[in-house]
Amino acid sequence: MNRFLLPLGAFVLLVVVLAIGVSRAPEKSVIPSALLNRPAPQFLLPQLGSATDFDSRRMQGQWYLLNVWGTWCVGCRTEHDMLLEIQQQGRLPIVGLNWKDEDGAAVQWLQELGNPYAYVALDREGRVAIDWGVYGAPESFLIDPAGVVVYKHVGPITAEVWQREFLTRLPPPAGDGSTPLAVPQLPPVGAVPPAAVAGAGAAS
Amino acid sequence: MLPEIGHFALILALLLAAAQAFFGLAGPALGRDRWLAVVGPAVTGQFVMVSAAIGTLLVAFVQNDFSVAYVAQNSNSALPVFYRVAALWGAHEGSLLLWGWILVAWTLAVALRSRQLPARFAARVLGVLGIVSVGFHLFTLATSNPFARLFPAAPDGRDLNPLLQDPALAAHPPMLYAGYVGFSVAFAFACAAMLEGRLDQAWARWTRPWTTVAWAFLTIGIGLGSWWAYYELGWGGYWFWDPVENASFMPWLIGTALIHSLAVTEKRGLFKSWTLLLAILAFSLSLLGTFLVRSGVLVSVHSFAADPARGIFILSFLVVMIGGALALYAWRAPQLKSRAGFELTSRESFLLFNNILLVVATATVFAGTMAPLISDALGLGTLSVGAQYFDPTFLLPMLPLLALAAVGLHASWKKGRLGERRGALLVTLVCGLLLAVAVIVGASGGTAVLTPVGLALGGWLLLSALIDPVDRLRRRLSLTPAIVGMALSHAALGLFVISLTTVESYTAERDVALGVGESATVGQYEYRFLGLQPLEGPNYDGVRGEIAVFEDGRQVSLLHPEKRRYWVQQSVMTEAGIDMQFSRDIFAALGEDLGSGRWSVRAQVRPMINYLWLSALLMAFGGLIAAADRRYRRPVATPQAQQVPVAADQGVGQALPGRAG
Amino acid sequence: MNHLTLARPHLSRRARAIWIGLVALLGFGAAGMVLAVDPVELQDPALQARYRSLSHELRCMQCQNQSIADSPVGLAGDLRREVRELLVAGRSDDEIRAWMSERYGDFILFRPTFSWRTAWLWLAPGVLLLLGVGIAVRIVRQRAALAAVAGVEDDDESLT
Repeated sequence: MNRFLLPLGAFVLLVVVLAIGVSRAPEKSVIPSALLNRPAPQFLLPQLGSATDFDSRRMQGQWYLLNVWGTWCVGCRTEHDMLLEIQQQGRLPIVGLNWKDEDGAAVQWLQELGNPYAYVALDREGRVAIDWGVYGAPESFLIDPAGVVVYKHVGPITAEVWQREFLTRLPPPAGDGSTPLAVPQLPPVGAVPPAAVAGAGAAS
Repeated sequence: MLPEIGHFALILALLLAAAQAFFGLAGPALGRDRWLAVVGPAVTGQFVMVSAAIGTLLVAFVQNDFSVAYVAQNSNSALPVFYRVAALWGAHEGSLLLWGWILVAWTLAVALRSRQLPARFAARVLGVLGIVSVGFHLFTLATSNPFARLFPAAPDGRDLNPLLQDPALAAHPPMLYAGYVGFSVAFAFACAAMLEGRLDQAWARWTRPWTTVAWAFLTIGIGLGSWWAYYELGWGGYWFWDPVENASFMPWLIGTALIHSLAVTEKRGLFKSWTLLLAILAFSLSLLGTFLVRSGVLVSVHSFAADPARGIFILSFLVVMIGGALALYAWRAPQLKSRAGFELTSRESFLLFNNILLVVATATVFAGTMAPLISDALGLGTLSVGAQYFDPTFLLPMLPLLALAAVGLHASWKKGRLGERRGALLVTLVCGLLLAVAVIVGASGGTAVLTPVGLALGGWLLLSALIDPVDRLRRRLSLTPAIVGMALSHAALGLFVISLTTVESYTAERDVALGVGESATVGQYEYRFLGLQPLEGPNYDGVRGEIAVFEDGRQVSLLHPEKRRYWVQQSVMTEAGIDMQFSRDIFAALGEDLGSGRWSVRAQVRPMINYLWLSALLMAFGGLIAAADRRYRRPVATPQAQQVPVAADQGVGQALPGRAG
Repeated sequence: MNHLTLARPHLSRRARAIWIGLVALLGFGAAGMVLAVDPVELQDPALQARYRSLSHELRCMQCQNQSIADSPVGLAGDLRREVRELLVAGRSDDEIRAWMSERYGDFILFRPTFSWRTAWLWLAPGVLLLLGVGIAVRIVRQRAALAAVAGVEDDDESLT
């Protein structure tokens, strides 16, 4: 071993680091959430189509998906159909966090495209999104009954992502699969105005 | 048809490069001297072919041939012709082609000057350069073909990124690449020397001018990039310690070390293995920079589109080139021994510290740049490293380096005698300190410790670098290019430090909201918003503000910051309004429309900022002058003949302490 | 809605696209390269100075490599607002940094916090400097000893 081998040795180490970097480059889009495995931040926000505010504590004791969206967000349009399908599957309720949007635009969006959300909380000033460490829409958080953030997905949810990242983290559905969890009864998909959705949620 | 010809020409260039590499390396290795005759024509042929390839692409750009995918993505019929030409290197594929062309241009230059060199050695140098050419042409053809067609052809192009529609940035990549690629020559000289198993002072003398010229190009390239960032990115900063900036800065630092180390090797035959290592490192860091910029492993302001396939290709190329060179080094370097001595305060000693400190500075920048990758690879979590890390850690080796440079300029080879210069050094040091005191008292501010330190060191170095030429002029002695170049570069470094300190210490800056007719105070200046007019350019529209700036009630400047919207990409650009004055820049940039006629405005007055780029230019100019020194043009015949001039050089060096370096 | 608000979703999508490698353009985040100018100033000059330096230390999460001070993206503006409010509420710089990294992770801090994970990074410059100077001193001593020995001549030309 002579000291003239040192540069070569250092270079080999560098190549290892770079190779790991290249292999992970496609994942660079995701900055790991600081919230993982920590209690989800609580919030109280105005609710779309309801006079009462949405209190995140009402979701305690059940699995739910918090989906950050806005009508200005192209990716949100992409994933919307998937969200409707998730709602139809009925495995868990979706709470929409409407981020820095205009209420009117949000209502129109849901009327036109269908409403996958059990509740839509309006984060007009973007403060709650900051508490959740949101940096771009769409982002989706999976929260367990204890209120702990189990998983965060950045970007549109696709069928594959849903299958791979979310369903595998959820407990298996109960025997008959009719009402697996303490999910509030969701209205059918379609032209249900958000007000009706919000009302149903509040009633359950 | 033309793009296909270009594509074909590039394939031929690849084959010629392969021939150049094979015959250049195998000929000397197998002792078949007749093979060497192939190398020169292969270089010329390769140059013609790459020129043809880049020429056809150029024609496609100028003629708006949007059936070529690369043209369609990076140009537009409304784009002025000048930028259509610059759009050639506006994205990954074309800039890679430019890289290849510059490489062949350097190779051709070496080939043309190779009569100075022993035939086998020259063949080996060209052979190594041939391998580099093969790598880059293969990379272009395999992963980044700029000649690919688009079916059906686009009706119009998607335009050049508006950020790049700027004269300085159009010139920035060619300069930067000329520097990056230029280090490949030093690299090839190093590899050839290791293959020959022979490294002498003549080798250092052949390598020096190439290295210095490459370094000068790199200096200009980095300076242009920084200047562009200052006025085009729109927020008045000039250096962000961004990964891509660092990727160009690291080869520069190592190149600077290499220039100094080569001086010692040439004059004293010392530091041989170290010089070899630096020559390998300078080019390796250039390649690494290319990798970092184009593989998407680092997030950066300036990065090209990430493509893992490209990343893997460049990584493999890195392994072959750098790994090969370092293996060769591990084998050959131990045989390079030298028994020459030098005293503690000799020039060799100062240059040794210069090298160590520059390498430590490079390693620091490297650590910070790579930290996100390393941390991620080791599972230590994601992190960001910004100016708040680089500023203090970079200064750590740099401040002592400046002081050592001021003194070391006057050290003599071998003997530790500063003797006759001691008085002049003291005088210049006192002047530097006085400058610091004067500026601080005059500006009645700048309480930070670094302000006086920076001013004093910069002033000292500036004056110290001028001692020799001034002294020689007074004694009516001739000034050689080597002396002038060295003095100029070091004085420019001093000027750079002074201006950097001044800019950092005395910039007045505020973000304000202004309505028409309103004014705001920024430091001792008053910015008054006069109004706004619509603006129409060749491929954009927007608004143009008018802002008058007053000092002590007297108008000193009228600024026209613009906000442009480029039609094709629908992107909004901030075009700062800058009044470049002798001693300061008065700067205003429009932020956003706050409604009811009010705009947010960033206002800055930056003293001496232009001297940053001026000094970078002077530094590069000094390098070019030094590289033009007559001793590099001396024909090299036989080793026996070299002995004499080198010995004479040493004699001169000792008699005149200021000589060369 | 002006164009700057519109730039927000566009950029975040774009940044992702670049990372994934779908866009064959220069990745300048072109749409977002407008200047952010926040004309809001804090009354207290000391707080304003801290606000300036803090906002330069926090990374804009949506942008490629900008601080929130320079980014026009909507989220950056929201984060600047939070910084101002926390400053006015009397929080220290370290508390504000911690507040941010609690939500966005260490990625948001351009100045990595010193911990066992980042110790190597922060210690590297000093250690390297000491090491380098140590090596240099050793070499100089050896060479000075050689120089002191009379009769040792310079190297001849052909050392192999």
